[in-house]
Amino acid sequence: MSIIYVLITVSLSLALVFFFIFIKSVKSGQFDDTYTPSIRMLFDDEVKNKSAKKSITNTKQNS
Amino acid sequence: MNTHTCFHCGIEHSDSESIISQQKNFCCNGCKTVFEILNENDLTCYYDLENTPGKIPEEIKGKYDYLTNPQIAEKLLEFEDEQTAIITLHIPYIHCSSCIWILENLQRLNSDISSSQVNFPKKTIRIIYNNKENALKNIVELLSSIGYEPYISLENVENANLKKKDNSLIYKIAVAGFVFGNSMFISFPEYFEVDEFWLNQYKPLFRWMLFFFSLPVVFYSAHSYFTSAIKGLQKGILNIDVPISLGVAVLFIRSTVEIIFHLGQGYFDSLSGLVFFLLIGKFFQQSTYNYLSFERDYKSYFPIAVTKISEQKEESIQIQDLQKGDRLLIRNQELIPIDSILINGNAMIDYSFVTGEVTPVHKKSGDKIFAGGKQLDGIIEVEAIKTMSQSYLTQLWSNDVFAKNKEDNFKGITDSISKNFTITVLLIATISGGYWLFIDTGIAINVVTAVLIIACPCAIALSAPFTLGNMLRIFGRHKFYLKNAAVIENMAKIDSLIFDKTGTLTSTLKQQITYNGIELKTKEKQNISSILKNSNHPLSRMLHDFLKTKTTSTVSNFEEILGKGIQGAINNNIYKIGSKKFVVGDAQKDDDTAVFISINNELKGKFSFQNQYRNGISGMFKKLVGHFKLTVLSGDNDGEQKNLQQLLPKNTELIFSQKPENKLEFIDNKQQKNKEKIMMFGDGLNDAGALAQSNVGVAVSENINVFSPACDAIIDASVFTKIPLFLKLAKQSINVIKWSFGLSFVYNIIGLYFAVTGQLSPIIAAILMPLSSISIVVFVTILTNFISRKLSISTD
Repeated sequence: MSIIYVLITVSLSLALVFFFIFIKSVKSGQFDDTYTPSIRMLFDDEVKNKSAKKSITNTKQNS
Repeated sequence: MNTHTCFHCGIEHSDSESIISQQKNFCCNGCKTVFEILNENDLTCYYDLENTPGKIPEEIKGKYDYLTNPQIAEKLLEFEDEQTAIITLHIPYIHCSSCIWILENLQRLNSDISSSQVNFPKKTIRIIYNNKENALKNIVELLSSIGYEPYISLENVENANLKKKDNSLIYKIAVAGFVFGNSMFISFPEYFEVDEFWLNQYKPLFRWMLFFFSLPVVFYSAHSYFTSAIKGLQKGILNIDVPISLGVAVLFIRSTVEIIFHLGQGYFDSLSGLVFFLLIGKFFQQSTYNYLSFERDYKSYFPIAVTKISEQKEESIQIQDLQKGDRLLIRNQELIPIDSILINGNAMIDYSFVTGEVTPVHKKSGDKIFAGGKQLDGIIEVEAIKTMSQSYLTQLWSNDVFAKNKEDNFKGITDSISKNFTITVLLIATISGGYWLFIDTGIAINVVTAVLIIACPCAIALSAPFTLGNMLRIFGRHKFYLKNAAVIENMAKIDSLIFDKTGTLTSTLKQQITYNGIELKTKEKQNISSILKNSNHPLSRMLHDFLKTKTTSTVSNFEEILGKGIQGAINNNIYKIGSKKFVVGDAQKDDDTAVFISINNELKGKFSFQNQYRNGISGMFKKLVGHFKLTVLSGDNDGEQKNLQQLLPKNTELIFSQKPENKLEFIDNKQQKNKEKIMMFGDGLNDAGALAQSNVGVAVSENINVFSPACDAIIDASVFTKIPLFLKLAKQSINVIKWSFGLSFVYNIIGLYFAVTGQLSPIIAAILMPLSSISIVVFVTILTNFISRKLSISTD
């Protein structure tokens, strides 16, 4: 029946790991700005497809 | 006439003004240059993300020379060693995804920059760059040249290290939440089965785990409640934290005693749940406008350095180091940091920061110039006659009002009921304890502690934070930004409203120009416009924009007589444009600002400049009259009295020619004598004292990114006429709090029934406490959203 000790230890240490990860992420400033990263992640693709984008700019101008 | 939209900044302009580059229309050379810079560097993606995202870059020549001074630069930098340096700059213009994109690709424009990162909500950019000579100045100039001029003021230097974010509340919530969840799991088995072989075997383990879990909650997370309760008791106030800490302490002690003597499992789960919910309430109430500051003083308006002239040499000097007698060079659009005397140059000083008066004043050499004025026309040379701390403007700030903290004396609605509440709870505990004492001593202790536990005012303590926190966010969505939740409670008590005139009731953006006199022919208008074009005087520019005609005529013999007017000849007709004295020869001064016109010495008429009152002002005052005492407190002369009397309800008090300190005294007087609760609306620094003295000081702002003085709230000018509605909603939210108090009393009575009869088991506590807290939160959230639905409907 001592399996319960193992289970509690495992579940607790798992919970503690998440707890410390959260504290660490707050400390490192991950929650200071929750808005900009959501926009920044959309940029990468556009920079890579610049040549494709350029043609769009031109058509925009003509219309 | 065809109009085009500027590809860069979106300004509408006519065919003739349009500058074309690569088949794109631009309104000015500035915009075109920005486009060309970006185009050369393959950064035109900037224009794909948003339409017309840009801003016309400002003339900045020489403005940032002081950044080459290592002492000044050092104070601005976040980090510095021989190779790299890091700086965080505030850029008010950041407003869209294009801005983020271009600012994070800065390294493509300047190879010294290794990386840059934007914080959009705070409107700041953090740049890491090679620490070479002049690198900082080059970066700032680069930013300015593409329309993103950073705002660097004296405040940056003095508060650089103070702005560390306090995350302790988040840690406390994390601890409480962690413990809450885990102790719920561990307590669960014992809720139902008491005498079971398997469970009995592990009971001690579970119970002691619960005990150790609760330690950080009681001694770390709930710590602030104990300190606040003790502080309150020392002052003789029974604030809401007293019954809360009493409840937490009794919960902890009783539960510990129970597990030591094997009496039961205790209430550790309810304890951590209670603290968790209370902290969540505190978190929700926190103000969330990162990019707004409500604490500004003159320091955020002042530059950090000025150019000092000594023996034909120009050098940048920090403002604090200025001495009496120093010669200073003030460039166009720069602020005069110190009371001084004009030595030479064409001084056109805009005192709108200090007095709220928009029309600039002309100064002759030898005239005194006060700190806080902004030079509008070219370069001037001045000599300091005082040190900065002795200047008129800085002296204003030494008034006691600014040292006072309004929150210190603030007594919220929760605290006002907590006294009676605490006394009642203690009374019930004693009576029921006394009653049980005659029957069973053991139960008596049980009952007393149970009453204190169940009466712990979690639901009451949550009502106000969630109601006010939610209102704070709703107001913010409708462009009325409050400093903190307490402002709503103060707003609900207001009985007197005071308005500044210039910039508050009038719009600073638009000036109404009216013409009186002999009607001008189109040709004459064109000629006047052509002459005006040569002048840099602000009134000339405004009139030029107002006339909106072609400026094709050639002007000969153009002459600008400083402080008087301009004259010029077109086709041998002499045009005189300027003050009454200059044009008519009459020395008598008019009350209003006007420009007179004469052709060949024949008076044609005058253009009067009037501040335009905001739309809907009259209707707004009609809604307010009867509910509030209304006063208009203006720094201007009484030239506008007639207009205001027509516009506003009859019993509105109108007071003119008030200096900043008069305004402050006026409000203080009203508060002392008539016990009035005053809400003051103002804009410029001249109202700062009055805003601080009033119960609720509101800064009216055309653009919330532009700096407004220290205040309790900032309202966007576009929703200024919704003030009656905001005031009404503030009152209603107090009612919501009262209703939710009623609801939590119901929970308390149910809980007390179990407690007094000695039936409070851990499972009842574990159900009742979270249930009451959650239902209160749901109740107030629904109600506040319901009452504020009117805000979205009325879009006038």
